[in-house]
Amino acid sequence: MQLPPALHSRLVGAPGAAEPLPVERDPAAGAPPFHFAARRVRFPRDHEFFEDGDVQRHLYLQDVLTQVTGAPERPRVPEFTCQVAGCCQVFDSLEDYEHHYHTLHRNVCSFCRRAFPSVHLLDIHILEWHDSLFQILSERQDMYQCLVEGCTEKFKTSKDRKDHLVRRHLYPADFRFDKPKKSRGPATPVATVRVSAEALGADGEQSGGDGMEVCSEHAAPLPEPVGERWIYSHRIPSTICFGQGASRGFKSTKKRKEHQ
Amino acid sequence: MWSGRQGRLRPVGCVVEELRCRRREREAALRKARREQQLVSKRLLRDDVLEEVEGGCVAKILGEAEIQQFLRLAQRGTEEKERERALVSLRRGLQHPETQQTFIWLEGSIRTLVGLLTSSQALLQLEAARCLHELSHSEQSAVAEACLPATSYLLTYLSGHSSDFIELCLYTLGNLIVESEAVRRQLLPQGIVPALAACIQSPHLTVLEALGYALSQLLQAKEAPEMIIPSVLGSILPQHILRLLQPGPKLNLGVAVEFAWCLHYIICSQVNNALLIYHGGLSTLGLLLLDMAAAVQRTEDAGLELLACPVLRCLSNLLTEAAVEVGGGPNQLDDERVVAALFILLQFFLQKQPSLLPEGLWLLNNLTANSSSFCTSLLSMDLIEPLLQLLPVSNVVLTVLCNVAEKGPAYCQHLWPGPLLPCLMGMLASSDTEGVGQSLELLQLLFLYRPEVSFGPGTPVLRPLVSPWPLSFPSYLQSLLWAWQAYVDSRSEIPASCWEGTLLNRGGLTCKAVGIKCWVTGTQVLSPFLSCPQAVEAFLQQSGLQVLEKHQEEAQLQDRVHALQKTALHR
Repeated sequence: MQLPPALHSRLVGAPGAAEPLPVERDPAAGAPPFHFAARRVRFPRDHEFFEDGDVQRHLYLQDVLTQVTGAPERPRVPEFTCQVAGCCQVFDSLEDYEHHYHTLHRNVCSFCRRAFPSVHLLDIHILEWHDSLFQILSERQDMYQCLVEGCTEKFKTSKDRKDHLVRRHLYPADFRFDKPKKSRGPATPVATVRVSAEALGADGEQSGGDGMEVCSEHAAPLPEPVGERWIYSHRIPSTICFGQGASRGFKSTKKRKEHQ
Repeated sequence: MWSGRQGRLRPVGCVVEELRCRRREREAALRKARREQQLVSKRLLRDDVLEEVEGGCVAKILGEAEIQQFLRLAQRGTEEKERERALVSLRRGLQHPETQQTFIWLEGSIRTLVGLLTSSQALLQLEAARCLHELSHSEQSAVAEACLPATSYLLTYLSGHSSDFIELCLYTLGNLIVESEAVRRQLLPQGIVPALAACIQSPHLTVLEALGYALSQLLQAKEAPEMIIPSVLGSILPQHILRLLQPGPKLNLGVAVEFAWCLHYIICSQVNNALLIYHGGLSTLGLLLLDMAAAVQRTEDAGLELLACPVLRCLSNLLTEAAVEVGGGPNQLDDERVVAALFILLQFFLQKQPSLLPEGLWLLNNLTANSSSFCTSLLSMDLIEPLLQLLPVSNVVLTVLCNVAEKGPAYCQHLWPGPLLPCLMGMLASSDTEGVGQSLELLQLLFLYRPEVSFGPGTPVLRPLVSPWPLSFPSYLQSLLWAWQAYVDSRSEIPASCWEGTLLNRGGLTCKAVGIKCWVTGTQVLSPFLSCPQAVEAFLQQSGLQVLEKHQEEAQLQDRVHALQKTALHR
């Protein structure tokens, strides 16, 4: 198919079009037995006309054997350790480290050091677990928000919210990121329960089902702060202690030793 | 930007012919599936590098005991590396359909896998997700549907930050989505549309491509126009889809292909195409077309046909929207470079993907049908001759020419004389009824608008045409007879005796006698057609009788046909 050479330069030229020629139709055009009428044609999705292209599309989908990481190959690097305080995980590839970091260190609650899969769930956790104002307000109005992004429903209790998740959003009844907050006790049992559950691998479920979190075995768990004397925000680094849970530093050393 | 992701098909130790054969078989199967509305294709993500590292040997089928052992180790092993290895072995075994079947029927297996998917151990999580991905890819519904308990978690993880993991979850979800309506009936209330919308602002190309894939599978569903597309259009997705299709240094072919297909399914549903036009859909697609043509010119066109197909369809269908008819402004496509780009692409298709030529010509029809501007562009950019070269491919070429001719004498003046006439004559002699019909429509328009061109000795001489006249439309037979009659009338200087013996002379007279209106008035137009009288005579004589025979059974023509035959046989 021969194209005029000027076409290629027209393509890179300025946008626009030449002045159109005058249109002058004769009513006899298209009179019977002739019936031509210029018209734009639309094809619905399942039309036969699209068969060839659709088949090519699906062949493409089936044929593709892509690398998980895309064009560059997954580089192996010399072993290195995670630099987050308290974590001693070792890696030999950046992608593995990236996933580890995002899973365990990215959306971490600085009150209780629990990690969450997303900012959204972390925010809800902080609100419901560490905000005393929330407790007060929730007695008067519906404060427990639905976990599904895009759903604006709120509920009086955590249980109501769970019922909603199960019935409306078809979530599993044991959805791991919606465990109700347990009543507060001394810090130690929380840590111990977690560790022992880990060792036993309780009934097929990964340990750390205690509360709405992705459990971080390597991070030192903080004791539950006493709500009424809450005066600081969650952005304060964990290394600063205001005198509560004085056994924390000691406990974390012990934990590290256990895991080495 | 067009040179990324080339050579996706990687045959290992296969003969080329065997490959082609398999491809043809698969094509035939896909065509059949499409006709039966069962077209389901899933994407499998397997890391070749990982396979190499793991020893590259073929994974074997796992039995119940082995699966249980791996699961136990993964769940309760003391050594982290040991747990990972167990899951890796399981994942490799799950590449086999037999292992998959054994796995899903094993009590507690899915529950354990889901537990590992939510593990605090990041790498266990990743391996568990890979296992699920293998299951999701299965052609067996039972296997894919066994993954359902994991979907709420897969969706939750889409709001995370680990791009590899999100990519894997997206492909898994995409495979599950296309599996069955039952699966979608669970995913929709679980919030899949908002979850996907949350991903579209990711900066990672791999995530975007996976998102496009999952979304395209969702939009392809039978129930999509009612149940899915309205909420998709109500989200931030439309403007971001268009953003990802904008040409420029950031355009990625793999990503663009997926979202172009998404757009195609949305546009076909006609739920709210005005919204897409409002967001600049027409101009984005037009610019993308220009960009693709420029890529062809730079010969950076690997895989371009994968993007061209959905883009052509989107543009063509969008052009039929009422919102486009109202002229002027950003709702219109009026840049003639689009026509230039289209022709460059048509040439590209001719070499690389001929099956796309009809779709390209369809777009050309939609561009020229109601647009005097684009019709003028066709003429001013000298595109009629290249267009005629595509006549063997599709009759839409004739429709486009009719779009030009019907605009009046100013347009017909540029169509005749030229290469148009011999092509038309060739067409008239073919056995393609539809093509012949279109040719006569075009001829009628050309005769009507009477271009004032004199026919000298330089005009093309008609090729001797001896193939039988294949018409099945009686009106066209009449028309031709009348054209001939008019010619005869016009050549009054030729004595009547010279016409003796030409059947159609008599046929024409008979038709006139029955009172059919003559439509040809400009007989001088016929003279190049008839510049070689002997050839014409042969054509008309040979065709005439055969034509009449063909139409003997035609109710409308029967009487006249018999009369003509009688005349012919008894002359």
